[in-house]
Amino acid sequence: MSEKRLDLLYSEVEEELRASVRSLLEDKSPPESVLARVEDDRITDTALWKELAEIGVAGLPVSEELGGAGASLRESAVVAEELGRGVAPVPFMGSAVLATTALLESGDAATQELEALAGGESTGTLVVGFARAPGSGFPEAVQENGGKLRGNVGGVVDALTADVLVVPAVGDSGPGLYVVPASEATVTPVVSLDLTRPLADVSLEGAAGRRVASGADAERALRHALVTGAALLSAEQLGVAQWALDATVDYAKTRTQFGRPIGSFQAVKHRLADLWISVSQARAVVRSAASAAATLREPGAGAEAAEAEINASLAQAFVSSVAVKAAEEALQLHGGIGFTWEHPLHLFLKRAKSDALALGTADRHRLALSGRVDLPAPSA
Amino acid sequence: MTTAPAGASLDASALRQRVADFVAEYDPETTDQRDFLAARFDAGLAWVHFPEGEGGLGAPRALQPVVDEEFERLGYTPVGREGLVIGLGMAAPTILAFGTPEQRARYLKPLYTGEEIWCQLFSEPGAGSDLAALGTRAVREGDAWTVSGQKVWTSLAHRARFAILVARTDPDVPKHKGITYFICDMSAEGVDVRALRQITGEAEFNEVYLNDVRIPDSQRLGGEGEGWRVAQTTLMNERVSIGGHPEPREGGLISLVSQLWRERPDLRTPGLHDQLLRLWVDAEAARLTKERLRQQLAIGQPGPEGSAAKYSFSRLNQEISGLELEMLGAEGMTYDDWTFRRPEGVEFTKRSPGFHYLRSKGNSIEGGTTEILRNIIAERVLGLPSEPRTDKDVAWKDLPK
Repeated sequence: MSEKRLDLLYSEVEEELRASVRSLLEDKSPPESVLARVEDDRITDTALWKELAEIGVAGLPVSEELGGAGASLRESAVVAEELGRGVAPVPFMGSAVLATTALLESGDAATQELEALAGGESTGTLVVGFARAPGSGFPEAVQENGGKLRGNVGGVVDALTADVLVVPAVGDSGPGLYVVPASEATVTPVVSLDLTRPLADVSLEGAAGRRVASGADAERALRHALVTGAALLSAEQLGVAQWALDATVDYAKTRTQFGRPIGSFQAVKHRLADLWISVSQARAVVRSAASAAATLREPGAGAEAAEAEINASLAQAFVSSVAVKAAEEALQLHGGIGFTWEHPLHLFLKRAKSDALALGTADRHRLALSGRVDLPAPSA
Repeated sequence: MTTAPAGASLDASALRQRVADFVAEYDPETTDQRDFLAARFDAGLAWVHFPEGEGGLGAPRALQPVVDEEFERLGYTPVGREGLVIGLGMAAPTILAFGTPEQRARYLKPLYTGEEIWCQLFSEPGAGSDLAALGTRAVREGDAWTVSGQKVWTSLAHRARFAILVARTDPDVPKHKGITYFICDMSAEGVDVRALRQITGEAEFNEVYLNDVRIPDSQRLGGEGEGWRVAQTTLMNERVSIGGHPEPREGGLISLVSQLWRERPDLRTPGLHDQLLRLWVDAEAARLTKERLRQQLAIGQPGPEGSAAKYSFSRLNQEISGLELEMLGAEGMTYDDWTFRRPEGVEFTKRSPGFHYLRSKGNSIEGGTTEILRNIIAERVLGLPSEPRTDKDVAWKDLPK
């Protein structure tokens, strides 16, 4: 099998970006304050998002002419790690990843929207269910007729605070991507399993949409947005797993029972060693997925597209379970305190489990891989 | 060549030039391999991080892969070196670190050229994971030592000229303090090598009985009672064996089962498909982890992930080989050959699936059990406290055995 050798390390620039995101989050949004706001009506921290946008986080892969950072998805992945590590309630996934990638793939038709998203002046999202896997075809929930969009889409990420909706819809002329002002839609919050990432149902009843991509271009733009989303989601999951591991190792060193730190018992330390191994492996897989996704937008990226999809599916198939396992182990090894509402651990468990279902479950991604690497399912 | 930069100031391009100059002088097509390697040793291109005159150039260790890759690119990779793993991987770095000038001059070159094979007399029936509990005794008489005891799991002992050996020289002090490290001549009187048959039917390893073996004090490596510290160097090198080459996707055992799946639609069931995909994903994750570690080493920043690589490898081998048998069903109930024999070299993938399954059971025991590797990660990487110890301050002779 031919696969490109990808850079799996972090560059100095990436480490600097990580440090500035981390210090901003530690200052403005530590887990305790995230916990304090999850029962507010407006969970999403728009003030924090504006500050993140000031250091370039809202438009990393957007060119500098459009007000972005002109960086690559490798940088986006480092940011996703840090946002996961802080369960930060900001619209990075919906706005800076899904909507931005879909619009970038739509050529020049959406430069105005891109500019606003990249600068953090507005936020957007892609109107598909957040559980949708990249290979599941073009959605038909929204129908287009004479420029008017009708349909309902459930479980959309970051829609509650979005100003701009990017809507895949099918009309007489086939699939298309449409830009719709959020004011034209009815957005109804749902109670999300993940307290720090609100979902919403989006209802369009004759909303006016502007078409930014049609036919095969629209299909490709949507697919690339979801593949990129899957790759960057795995980076977020890595951040969640890293927090869970670090917090639990710290706790095991200080929590004393039977006259000694619980981390000195092999029954505990072996579980943490296993977790550390899984997290180190996840890091290599995530770096590979981010680097492969970064090649998607290179000119003439044909073979790269297949490689990016293999890596994204691999990352979802592997890292989803690592993040869930890390959060579950963290809860068990914290004992009673880990089961309380007052400890922020549950935010990470809820994020980890919800992320494992987002953009395709591990099982769906394994099935996608089986087609990509010629390991076919048994015929009935 | 004499004006070229030397030592720590050498860089990759200077080394490539040295390799090119060397190959121009010694044509691998017409030079005998051993002579070629001897000349390569003398040119300092055996281990570039070793000192000049001892196979190296005093260059940074991270540059060794550059030299190996360059020799390979120019069409020369030494062959038949499987028997040298202990010598090259463990004895050489230990002799370099602790050997006297006489010892380094005597042993390093024939070790490198393959003229002399080495083995390792460490484990004992009563000292496996707890190597420091070893009971092989060495008693000093004048300028020599008399050594008696039993060693086990010694690969290559039946072919080796020398061994690295740890023995107890002082039973009256705590176990880590009374050990001394020696070089043992395997042809000496009293060295009795017996094949140790394993669950696969063959014998890769040996038991070595030492009956009043005389070892001159000049073959002691490091100070008396310093053996544990010396052995740490040996064991550290055992775990740092990440190759200089990237591995391809779907290499190793996973490629055998993947090929089997492709070629035999009749074997496919939904449950096996699910297991195969899970293991394929795990194998790819392990490969990328190793590749990431290789990239870290290449820029001179090794990560602690190396200690986990062996653990992942053994778990994967065991699970994949188990799946291989399940996939084969009736054919999995057969075995190629139980005949007792001494295998030479690597033939793992050429043997039958039953052999893969049985042999890989040893992977999580040899070279550090999975349980010990977990302790190492937990204590040295994560900084978790060790279990309370009852054996650290007690004289070795008073420990329960």
